[in-house]
Amino acid sequence: MADQRTTPTAGAERPTPAAKAAAAGNGSAEDPREKMLTTQLKKVRYRADALIEVLHAVQDIYGFLDPVQLLRVATELQLPPSRVLGVATFYHLFTFEPKGEHTCTVCTGTACFVKGADELIAAVERELGVPEGQTREDGVLSLLQARCVGACGLAPVALVDGVVVGKATSDMLLTALDKAGVGPMADGGAS
Amino acid sequence: MSTPDLFDIAQKEAEAQGAFISTVLCCGSTACLTSGGQAARDAVDEVVASNGLERDVRVVSTGCMGLCSRGPLVKVRRRGEDEVLYADVDGAAAREIAERHVVGGEAVEHGQLSLDHPFFARQVRVVLEHLGEHDPNRIEDYILRGGYKALERAVLEMTPEAVVDEVLKSGLRGRGGGGYPAGNKWSLLAKAPGDDKSVIANGDEGDPGAYMDRTVMEDDPHRVLEGLALCAYATGATRGFIYVRAEYPVAVRRLEQAIRQAKRNKVLGKSIFGTDFAFDVEIRIGAGAFVCGEETALMASIMGGRGTPVLRPPYPTERGLWGNPSLIQNVETLANVPTILNRGAEWFASIGTERSRGTKVFALAGKLENTGLIEVPMGITLREIVEDIGGGVAGGRPFKAAQTGGPSGGCIPAKHLDTSMDYESLQALGSIMGSGGLIVMDDEVKMPEVARFFMQFCMDESCGKCLPCRAGTHELHELLKKVCAGEGTLLDLDRLETLCEVVRDNSLCGLGQTAPNPVLSTLHYFREEYEALVAGAAVPQASAQPGVNAQDGSA
Ligand SMILES: Cc1cc2nc3c(=O)[nH]c(=O)nc-3n(C[C@H](O)[C@H](O)[C@H](O)COP(=O)(O)O)c2cc1C
Ligand code: SF4
Ligand code: FES
Ligand code: FES
Repeated sequence: MADQRTTPTAGAERPTPAAKAAAAGNGSAEDPREKMLTTQLKKVRYRADALIEVLHAVQDIYGFLDPVQLLRVATELQLPPSRVLGVATFYHLFTFEPKGEHTCTVCTGTACFVKGADELIAAVERELGVPEGQTREDGVLSLLQARCVGACGLAPVALVDGVVVGKATSDMLLTALDKAGVGPMADGGAS
Repeated sequence: MSTPDLFDIAQKEAEAQGAFISTVLCCGSTACLTSGGQAARDAVDEVVASNGLERDVRVVSTGCMGLCSRGPLVKVRRRGEDEVLYADVDGAAAREIAERHVVGGEAVEHGQLSLDHPFFARQVRVVLEHLGEHDPNRIEDYILRGGYKALERAVLEMTPEAVVDEVLKSGLRGRGGGGYPAGNKWSLLAKAPGDDKSVIANGDEGDPGAYMDRTVMEDDPHRVLEGLALCAYATGATRGFIYVRAEYPVAVRRLEQAIRQAKRNKVLGKSIFGTDFAFDVEIRIGAGAFVCGEETALMASIMGGRGTPVLRPPYPTERGLWGNPSLIQNVETLANVPTILNRGAEWFASIGTERSRGTKVFALAGKLENTGLIEVPMGITLREIVEDIGGGVAGGRPFKAAQTGGPSGGCIPAKHLDTSMDYESLQALGSIMGSGGLIVMDDEVKMPEVARFFMQFCMDESCGKCLPCRAGTHELHELLKKVCAGEGTLLDLDRLETLCEVVRDNSLCGLGQTAPNPVLSTLHYFREEYEALVAGAAVPQASAQPGVNAQDGSA
């Protein structure tokens, strides 16, 4: 989680689903995502104390906290940009980089830790060449951690694109990833 | 403004439900859905539809039935017959159950789970009483089971003081970890001046490996709302907040829906039950920061800021949200209140021990045969939980320790299995009741690794405001890493202990103050494992079974 607490950087040019969807409208005045954010801002009536809700909305809509959008949020909620950035960097769920096309999230809560979550992470790192907390160079896969997804009875647990794999073994997880269309990196090289 | 007629709603609901010949209850909570619960539900629906039995068979997706490790669970109830509970119900099994039992009237023999099973028989359900029984999406189902009756009686027949008194008399203590008497907090807020007071339900559930509060919010959201409304009535608060961690989107959706239903039925909002008591509830969502479970950080987060704790006093009941008196209570604490008012403080106080009244919900996890969500009377022994309810350690391996209180707690070794699960006894052993995470470890688990795991968590989650916690958790983690890697010395163990005391005694908030607990506790009970590591040897096995060949020590 803390690993997601990276510093803001300009969005990389990886093709995230959100970016793809908006590819047509990107740059033009008609970006549909802008409207979506306006709707969310209206919903909270532009209240400054709804900053966290608004940041969630930005991340839902854009896939990550785009610096341009953070400035917009600051203007619309009448907050200093430093305050917006301060809050955005405090919370672990906010990310400043687009995620990969697919995500694999391994639960590292206590129940899953006790039942070998570490091995799941190691297997994905080793077999698919993506370091924990990061996105693979080709932008296909992000490997993340979660603290308890509430299915401790099925520990260890991992999620592939949000779908839960319970009582997971390394093989099960890799198979699920393979089914989702995530293979080893094309050139075969791990970083 | 018209007043809601609970009796009428309940009666209509009872009639509607009574018209069905059978009811099929499918667990629709996280763990069961994860293991194929939707396929089971779909199969039942299909069979019912293809037999044209929609008017005879009611199919309900319920909250967590408890025994999550045996999910998906499905219960079949036919008029005039004993109910049957089935475990491990995949799509095919669900089809067979629907065809043979629901339609054909003959129970399927395999996959049945006896309701006399100690997992169920040893529990006492107060907070979880509706889970696995009702449809969490419908306020009518809650009202049918006596929901909002306590609130009705309170606002129509009781003074706020009388409500506070009842909670005081019940002996209810905070279920979020601290165990502070709820009634005391309520009377403090009641006495605080001001007409813009707030009550806050803490649904941040930071313990990484626990899902009690999540389940209560998702599977009985109206109970949380009613508890919060009762708290507001008793204390004179007009605003309510439920702070839910962002990782729980289903809980957020269910609570939002419940608020809409409650307002529509006039048990929330303006002029509740036709009186001039007005109370509104808002949901606030976290963004992944454990420290936001701490009261002052939580309030900062509700106000849209960084969740950085500040020194107390002043306590929230003096200076809380936007400077006004506020009160923070854990979700489970509040969920007890409707039942306390319905059944009386004496009844509630008769459960549990002298100083720990009532029940406690635990998320029972780790290396046990049966894992899931349980609710037990306080004062039950750890042995009863592990051996009877949990069915013993999985695979017949020896029990090594149980961890309560997550990263703020400690471990309880085998020699204390007969400890009574109450606030004071657990504290005496160097652990805490905590919010309800209960993780059982067998001989394969290495305790220094567990300590390192929790320290890493605290290090990652430290807000960085004060040095002892920010630098101390980092330093402790480095030391633990070194020890676990077999590169430490005896001197490092002394350093660990000294540094633990420094961090504990000098940190500003509970996170730093309790972060050393897992280290101190494992050092206390399992020092030989640490010593073996610094001597470069493998971790010694639990003494119980010398024959068992567990994994080797250092990695
Ligand atoms: C670092 C830290 C994290 C906490 N996390 C939680 C939490 O997730 N849920 C909770 O109810 N209380 C949590 N608490 C305790 C709360 O600060 C507070 O005492 C509690 O919500 C009060 O409610 P109660 O008296 O009903 O337990 C936490 C405390 C600290 C110091
Ligand atoms: S003890 Fe830790 S979490 Fe608490 S205020 Fe200090 S640095 Fe922040
Ligand atoms: S600890 Fe992994 S699901 Fe709870
Ligand atoms: S989720 Fe179904 S029994 Fe717990």
